[in-house]
Amino acid sequence: MTPGATQIVFDNVSKFYGEVLGVNKVNFSLEPGITSLVGPNGSGKTTLMNLLTGLIKPSHGAIYVLGLTPQQPVEFFRRVGYCTQFDSFPPGTNGYDFIYWPLRLHGFAHDQATKLTNEALDRAGMTPVARRKVAGYSKGMRQRIRLAQAIAHHPSVLVLDEPLNGLDPMARSESIALFEAIAKQGMHVIISSHILEEVDRISDRVVLMSSGYVVAEGQIKEVRREVRDHPMQILVRCSNAAKLASAAFELDHVVEAKILSDGQSVLVRTRDAEQFSLLLNKIVSAGLVEVDAVAPADDDVNSIYQYLIGSDGGPA
Amino acid sequence: MSIQESVARAQSSLKEQPWRLFASQIAILVRTEVRRNLFTRRRIWVYLLAFIPVLIFITHNIFSVYHTDSSNIEDDTLVLAGFMQVYYLRLGIFFACMGIFTWLFRGEMVSRTLHYQFLVPVRREVLVVGKFLAGSVISVLLFEVAALACFYLTYSRFGAAGRSYIFDGPGLAQLGSYLLVMALACIGYGAVFLALSLLFKNPIVPGAMLLGWEAVAPIFPSWAQHLSVTFYLKHLCPVKLPIEGPMAIFTIVAEPVSPFIAIFGLLCLTVAVLVLSCFLIRRLEVTYTAE
Repeated sequence: MTPGATQIVFDNVSKFYGEVLGVNKVNFSLEPGITSLVGPNGSGKTTLMNLLTGLIKPSHGAIYVLGLTPQQPVEFFRRVGYCTQFDSFPPGTNGYDFIYWPLRLHGFAHDQATKLTNEALDRAGMTPVARRKVAGYSKGMRQRIRLAQAIAHHPSVLVLDEPLNGLDPMARSESIALFEAIAKQGMHVIISSHILEEVDRISDRVVLMSSGYVVAEGQIKEVRREVRDHPMQILVRCSNAAKLASAAFELDHVVEAKILSDGQSVLVRTRDAEQFSLLLNKIVSAGLVEVDAVAPADDDVNSIYQYLIGSDGGPA
Repeated sequence: MSIQESVARAQSSLKEQPWRLFASQIAILVRTEVRRNLFTRRRIWVYLLAFIPVLIFITHNIFSVYHTDSSNIEDDTLVLAGFMQVYYLRLGIFFACMGIFTWLFRGEMVSRTLHYQFLVPVRREVLVVGKFLAGSVISVLLFEVAALACFYLTYSRFGAAGRSYIFDGPGLAQLGSYLLVMALACIGYGAVFLALSLLFKNPIVPGAMLLGWEAVAPIFPSWAQHLSVTFYLKHLCPVKLPIEGPMAIFTIVAEPVSPFIAIFGLLCLTVAVLVLSCFLIRRLEVTYTAE
C-alpha cells in the first residue's frame, strides 16, 4: 500500500506479545472523517490505536499516518493527538498544567501555550475546574481533561480510546458534537467504543474487530454488502401482513417472514434485499397490499457486528 | 491572528530551528522533573542518605562542646575523607542515584504515565537527555549541599585554625575536589542506573551486582577497571586514607592516572552509557500490563 498524505494506512500489520496475538494482518487505509473501531474487550482495538501512535511497535508490517511514522516524533505528534484509556495522571498535576506543559514541549511560547490551553479547556468544558488537582476530578472530568489535552495542539488526526466512557449524557452529547465538528474540518477522528449505538450514529465508517482480526471495514452499508451470506432483516408495516408474508415465502432468498404481534408488521429476513424490494414494488403496484413503511431492521453496527463475530465474541 | 495561524506559524518556525526546539524541550523536561522529584515525600530516604553524615557531624560538634575532645584538624580531615570516599562515593551516592535515576522512567511505567511523554513531539533521545539532566540536578544539588555542610561542620569548630586550614592551607582545594568528585559520581552512577532501568524491569538485582562490581573492580585487569565509575573517582580524591587490610580495596589506586584523564574518562563512560540508553528508549514500548 502506498501511503497518501491524507490517509492513515495499515499495511499488513501484525503485533504479537510473545506468543499472544494482539492484532494480525491488518490492512486498511482511512480517509479523513470519523472512523469507529468496534469490537469486544480483547479484540485488539487499543492495540491498534497504540500501534497507530507508536506506543507499541508492529511485529510485522508498517503504519503511515499522513505519510509519517511515529519514528519521526517531532513531525508526527504535531499532527496526532491521542486520548488514551489509561486513567492515570502525573502526580500532583492540575488540569491547567496537564495541558499547558505538553504544549510547551510542542515548542509553543508561553503566550501561545496559554491561549491554546484556555481554548482546549473551554472546548472540553473544563475551564471552571482547571486549577483543581486532577486527583480530585470525577471519572468524567478526567476523561474530558484527557480529551482537552489531545485536542489542544489542533491535531489533524485525533485518536480516542473509549472517549465516551464515564461521561454523563450531556457531556457525551457535547463530546460527540465536538468530534463531528473536528471531522467536518477535514480531520481524522478515530474512535473506539463498545457503545455501538453512539459510534454508529456519528461514524463515516467502521472497522469491526474480533480476536485481533479486522472482520469487516468500510461504510456501514459497504460492510453490509461484505456479509451477504448473512440475511438482512427488513421491517414492513402494511395493510395485510399475512398476504405479504405469504408472497415473501415464495422467494428463494427469503429465509424467514414473521408477522409481528401488532398484526400489521412483517419482519422479513432475506439474503437479497434488492430482489425483495422489487417484489414489494410489484405487490404494491398490483394493489394487493398497502405499505405504510419499510425500514431496515438491522442496518446498524450492532446487528452487523453480531452477525460477524457472534455473541461469544469469536469470528463467525 | 487566529489560533490556527499562530499554531501553523509556530510549528513552521520550530521546524526550521530543531536544535533550538530540542534545547527548549530539555529545559522544560528538567524543570518539570525537578519539580516532581526533588520535593516529594517519596524522596525522604534520599535526603537521609545525603544528610546522615551531616547529622553525625552536628552531633559530634554538640558533643565536643560539653566534653573534652582530643581530636585535631589532621584527624578530622581523615574522618571527613572517610565519609566522602567510603560512605558517599561507595554507598550514599550509589543508592541515592539508584533511587532517583531508575525512577525517572521505571517510575513512569509503574504509575502508568510514561505515555504522556511518548505522545508529544519530543525525540526519545531528547527525553533521555532531559531526564538524565533532571536526575543530575537533583542528586548533585543534594550531595553538594551535604558535602558543603560536612566540610563546614568539620572545620568550623576549630575556629581560627580551621579558617586558616581552609583559606591558607589545602582546605579549599580539598573542598573543590570533593565537590567535583561528588558531581562526577552523581552523573556517572546516574547514567548507569538510567540505562539499567531501561534494560531491566526490576533494576534492584543488577544494581546489587553493580555495587559488587564497583567493590571488586580493583582486583581485575586494568581494561576492566575502566568500566567502573569509582576507578575514575579514586584518582580525584584529595586525601589518601590510611586504610589497610581487606578494606583497602576501597581506596587502593592500582594504576595512577592524571586528574584530566580521570575526568575525561568518566565523562566518556557517561556519554557511552547515555548513548546506550538512547538506543534502548527507541525500542521501549508502553505495555503497562507487563509491569
